[in-house]
Amino acid sequence: MLSELRTMWEVLKHTFTKAETVQYPEEMPYLAPRYRGRIVLTRDPDGEERCVACNLCAAVCPVDCIALQKDTREDGTWYPEFFRINFSRCIMCGMCEEACPTYAIQLTPDFEMCEYDRQNMVYEKEHLLIDGVGKYPDYNFYRVSGMKTATKDKGEALNEARPIDTKSLLP
Amino acid sequence: MPMIYVDGQEIEVVQGENILEACLNAGLDLPYFCWHPAMGSIGSCRQCAVIQYQNEEDTSGRIVMGCMTPVSEGARFSLKAEKATEFREAVVESLMLNHPHDCPVCAEGGECHLQDMTVMVGHRDRRYTGKKNTYRNQYLGPLIHHEMNRCIACYRCERYYRDYAGGKDLGAQASHDHLYFGRHEEGVLESEFSGNLVEVCPTGVFTDKPFLKQYSRKWDLQSAPSICQGCAVGCNIAPGERYGKVKRVHNRYNNEVNGYFICDRGRFGSGYLNSDLRLDYAGIKNPDGSFFAVHQQQALDTAAGWMVGKKVAAIGSPRASIEANYLLRELVGAKNFAAGFSDQEADLMGSIANILQATKAINPSIKQIESADAVLILGEDVTNTAPRVALALRQSVRNKAFELAEQMGLPSWQDAAVRNLAQDQRSPMTIVSAMDTRLDDVASTCVSLAPDDIAAFGYAVAAALAGESTDNAQADATAQMLKAAKNPLIVSGSSMAHQGVINSAVAVADALDKATSMLSFCIPECNSLGLALMVADGSGSSLSGLAKRASKLDALIILENDVYRRGDKSQIDQLLASGTKVITLDMVENSTLDQSDLVMAAASYAESQGTLVSSEGRAQRFYPVHSPAAERLPSWQWLLRLASVTGHKKLSNLQNFDQIVAACAVSNPLFAGLVDVAPLNSFRDRGSKIPRQTHRYSGRTAMNSGVSVHEPQQPKDHESPLSYSMEGLNRDQPSSLMPFVWSPGWNSNQSLQKFQSEVDGPLKGGPSGVRLISSSLQGADISRQIDKVTLKAHQWHLVPMQQIHGSDELSAHTDEIAELAGRGFIAIGQKVAEKLAVTEGDGLLVKQGEIECSLEVRILSRVAKNCIGYSVGYLETQGLTAGSLVTLEADKSWQRSGPEMIASDKAAFEQVISDGGASNV
Repeated sequence: MLSELRTMWEVLKHTFTKAETVQYPEEMPYLAPRYRGRIVLTRDPDGEERCVACNLCAAVCPVDCIALQKDTREDGTWYPEFFRINFSRCIMCGMCEEACPTYAIQLTPDFEMCEYDRQNMVYEKEHLLIDGVGKYPDYNFYRVSGMKTATKDKGEALNEARPIDTKSLLP
Repeated sequence: MPMIYVDGQEIEVVQGENILEACLNAGLDLPYFCWHPAMGSIGSCRQCAVIQYQNEEDTSGRIVMGCMTPVSEGARFSLKAEKATEFREAVVESLMLNHPHDCPVCAEGGECHLQDMTVMVGHRDRRYTGKKNTYRNQYLGPLIHHEMNRCIACYRCERYYRDYAGGKDLGAQASHDHLYFGRHEEGVLESEFSGNLVEVCPTGVFTDKPFLKQYSRKWDLQSAPSICQGCAVGCNIAPGERYGKVKRVHNRYNNEVNGYFICDRGRFGSGYLNSDLRLDYAGIKNPDGSFFAVHQQQALDTAAGWMVGKKVAAIGSPRASIEANYLLRELVGAKNFAAGFSDQEADLMGSIANILQATKAINPSIKQIESADAVLILGEDVTNTAPRVALALRQSVRNKAFELAEQMGLPSWQDAAVRNLAQDQRSPMTIVSAMDTRLDDVASTCVSLAPDDIAAFGYAVAAALAGESTDNAQADATAQMLKAAKNPLIVSGSSMAHQGVINSAVAVADALDKATSMLSFCIPECNSLGLALMVADGSGSSLSGLAKRASKLDALIILENDVYRRGDKSQIDQLLASGTKVITLDMVENSTLDQSDLVMAAASYAESQGTLVSSEGRAQRFYPVHSPAAERLPSWQWLLRLASVTGHKKLSNLQNFDQIVAACAVSNPLFAGLVDVAPLNSFRDRGSKIPRQTHRYSGRTAMNSGVSVHEPQQPKDHESPLSYSMEGLNRDQPSSLMPFVWSPGWNSNQSLQKFQSEVDGPLKGGPSGVRLISSSLQGADISRQIDKVTLKAHQWHLVPMQQIHGSDELSAHTDEIAELAGRGFIAIGQKVAEKLAVTEGDGLLVKQGEIECSLEVRILSRVAKNCIGYSVGYLETQGLTAGSLVTLEADKSWQRSGPEMIASDKAAFEQVISDGGASNV
């Protein structure tokens, strides 16, 4: 008896609260920056592609909707020759972002992806790549990696000593 | 067998093995780095630490290295004790101090033993805040990429390259934490087995350079069990494919054949599969000589129109499968079928096929070759003709060391101690050849003789063995050496193109008359022996026979064979003359295709299945790695369809691959074993086919979505028990169906130990391949006739020199192999060079009758009198025939090629140019 009365009271109380429904699309909902929507590929602070084609996003993707092929620049650094996301399969789980060791792949608060033709849901690198750093402004993978690049010699990466002279007899 | 206790668990172990082996055999995960089943223990990485207790009461114990501690009855160990796990974690932590942040851009990532071991010991957080050591990399040639920062100083590369493979140009330099593994200066690695560094290195210091150019992770590669097509040894390989390209070739373990290692031709020589020269569509020749593409059915109908009711002959191929050759032979009838050997080669292969069935010696597997304790090599540069056998011969000379170790009570896996004990003492090996061989450095005696004299030497050894007196001291010594040995081995082959050499090898083997004596032949192509066995009844035709009949033939079918490599040009031109309709099945463009009227695009070995017979007589099955691209079809399917459209009575009943194998097995008593080579198409492992893809194959819903978002069904494989899928189990199935190795926690190729029944033992799935022939042990009936040729003044005896890179038809289309092969050459001794006034790199005009070749000079350290060598199979030397007599003169118009520039030189050179010319240097 008491529980039924309590239930009715709770329901009645809600009659006077403000409605949560918003008039989308006239009124846009607030989405936090960490919201998991459309995927982008970002650039490092120097404006180069961040993606190094390590394939970890593709490996972790539960619906296998990411495919890419590694290629090499003249200085030996890696980048994706093609990078394709089939958004008609993507479930916006964000595991690719978690797996990405270079902060290249990021999910954005854009969820408005509707197409009449499913084929248009297939995004190539030119559709994914943005001209910015996204959520992580400072990180540049190749400044940390031990690989020699066009702008960085051996031993110039973060926390690296100068290359060893193997012919030196000094300790 | 002794019992040991590991963490209270009772484990039965093999006497003489070490704790690490015992733990791995028991299925326990004990991390390790420097230990390798083929190379033994040196205890340098300290990773396999375990606690050993003195007795049951001892609770503290002491730390010992698993790989350095032999098992003993009742010994007590612990893997899980806190002290041991902490120690192992500390080892990985210290190895990681200098390890770069490279995994995303490292070609080892995802199949890295260091990654696996780091996860296994539980190391995660870096505490060290100091700076990391860095190193400069070296250019090591077109095959191997060097990234020295990643090194963990396990010494495996040096131990493999120098100690195991006999290389001289890679080693450890500097000391303490400055240790560096590389060459004394940048340059191409000299060893023919350098590719194994990729698999031996537990991290990403040495990686596969051609693979790096089109890299995919291990988990993304679709693999299938395959057989190397590079030579006749029949090494087991596992090529990996993605996006329609064969990206790399990995070793596939077979403890009787290649074990853990393959040669560089096998590993890197498959680049031609992705070449622009590959054929995608069938084509019919236009009057102007070009081809227009036609559909498969159109090609078949055209061919049928040329064949039905007409006189048709066919040429098979020693590089095509047994099944394809069988179908072709049945299609045209045995009388009209030429095996596709050159006439010379046909005789040699025929006699080898007969000898192997008659000799009193065993035809050994590579495993058996490694057990030889005295070796006589007659006329072969084994490293260039059967490379993997040469690697085994390098191990055989170590049997002396193992014998000494046994006397001292040293276990054979105590690698450093055994080597230290033996120093330079080796089992004897005598090499009798016309010139330098790549095994000379481990031979006890090298004799340089012309081919005729090699045969005479062999007969002299045979005579000495039979107790007759000879006037040849070296032959007597060799006979003594073989007589004293437990497992003597004679190696010869067809590369000299000399019947006498082959016969003399048999004469020695039969004169030895021991149950354990071995006789091994190096033969040219992946299915040479299979084809020789097929035509052993002598009913077939020969190339010259067909050429003579050419005008009477209406049509000629050529199976995967560039016949211009098999005979002189005029003869082949006559054979392919315009009156005859020539139908060719092949995969890469070549001169024979240009002369054909109809071309059918054949699938490569990576797109079709078939059986090959190795030089050991072992029939082995290869499976398609991916389904044929474009309108290619496996040759056997082309021929089966051709049989059906032409209404061939017998072949029309055959529907699938298994039926062809069965029919082939019935057709020839020698092929009876074919049905047991691999499981039937209907084989299922726990209800499923064996998956070619790993369980973590990625991108399935995206890889084709660029073309269409509607995902196509996975291709179906209707002919084999393997599927183009990730569903199913890759565990404990028959060994011939093992596409890749992977086990939970073991992502690298070290997971192989989970597939072995015991460390370094056979696979759990049993032996792979079937020996088709065995010897009757009667002794071979051979002619001992030597037709000695007499040389006129200024005449030279032309001796063929097979080259690992360059002599093989298909692998030579691979860019990296072509770079290593260089130009065709003529090889002479120092004295001859002085006489002709030429030096290395100069040109020589070689005249053989009508044929004239201008070739680069190479100077060798030892050459038999009146002999000169030439590179076989090169475009520049086409037309030269083995054993012919030639004249030489210096080529005045020869342009010396500039000095070879390596990558680092090029960079420096460009720097100099950009700085304003050489004067700034």
